[in-house]
Amino acid sequence: MKTADLIQALSADATPVRRAPVAPWLAGAGLAGAAIALAVLAMWLGFRPLHAAMRLPSFWMKAGYTLLLALAGLVATSRLGHPGARIGAALALAALPIAALAMMAMHETMRAPPAAMPALWLGQTWAICPVRILLLSLPAFALALWALRRAAPTRLALAGAAAGLFAGAAGATVYGLYCQEHTAAFVVLWYTLGIGLVGALGALAGPRFLRW
Amino acid sequence: MAETETRLKGLMLRGLAGDGAAHAELLAALAGNLRAYFLRRLGPASADAEDLVQETLLAIHTKRSTYDTQAMFTPWAYAIARYKLVDHFRRAGVRRAVPLEDAGVLTASENPEEGAVRRDVDRLLATLPARQRRLMEDVKLAGYSIEEAAQRAGMSTTAAKVSIHRGMKKLAGKAADEDR
Repeated sequence: MKTADLIQALSADATPVRRAPVAPWLAGAGLAGAAIALAVLAMWLGFRPLHAAMRLPSFWMKAGYTLLLALAGLVATSRLGHPGARIGAALALAALPIAALAMMAMHETMRAPPAAMPALWLGQTWAICPVRILLLSLPAFALALWALRRAAPTRLALAGAAAGLFAGAAGATVYGLYCQEHTAAFVVLWYTLGIGLVGALGALAGPRFLRW
Repeated sequence: MAETETRLKGLMLRGLAGDGAAHAELLAALAGNLRAYFLRRLGPASADAEDLVQETLLAIHTKRSTYDTQAMFTPWAYAIARYKLVDHFRRAGVRRAVPLEDAGVLTASENPEEGAVRRDVDRLLATLPARQRRLMEDVKLAGYSIEEAAQRAGMSTTAAKVSIHRGMKKLAGKAADEDR
């Protein structure tokens, strides 16, 4: 087919088009994925006593941290769905809660006696926490990739990683309804690692599943 | 450069509103830019360049709902062109880094002389009546056959031939005047 013919065929098809932002689809994917994760968590591990937990600052510290990361992931992913859009602001938005929580962890560390270090940084569940977050993130991750396919990602590994950050943070938020670890040091280390695993998975999956 | 952005974005916005002629003009203008870009990256003899031009035009058309009308147009189009090039290398199994350049490379011509020639041509063409100009652009720049261009302009093939012939003569005359 000659290029001129293609242009003619395409412009014959030039019906009015509205802008279709991908952010609402991604947000929907995150919510649906979180709902599935919630159901899985209820059948698998159950919830911690939430009524009492909601009075603890540490509960809100964790929820706030993962929700802010989810927001940053949502912004980064939807920007990466639009060709040529810049993502600097979204990355700064992700760095902010990580830096804040790292500072809180440092503060905890300096105040605690040396004997309390393992409890502070490793808690009771460090070995299983990141993997559980990864598992609980999978529904949101799959749905986010599907939503992203509606858009036009042009940097596939990066877009996949951002979708992983978004889904990982959503999964971690759900996991926080079970997990009783309460130190900033634990969360900044193991929650971030779990979310990072999903991000890495996204960087690998992106070039394969996001092609168009 | 800024002129190109303004012109292309204007065409894009009209195309998004359903103006088929503006959309065709946009794609035709982009086809030239894309061809130059891909040939520069793949080497002047590459047979894949034209395929990539068509793939990119198709992508620009089908994904035009992802264009944010508040943003610049050229970076959007460039990101898609670069993506299609990266994808081409990946499919071919070639590990090759494609630099992330300023979007301006898409609309800039490689050597300044080429750009100057194009500007001269545009300026000369601008002196012709709109209908004749469109006809000449279609045939001489966009690669339509005379029959197709005549159809697009809604005139008979003979009339189109005559119009193009007269247009060429007029342009040649003007160019000679300027050289003198």
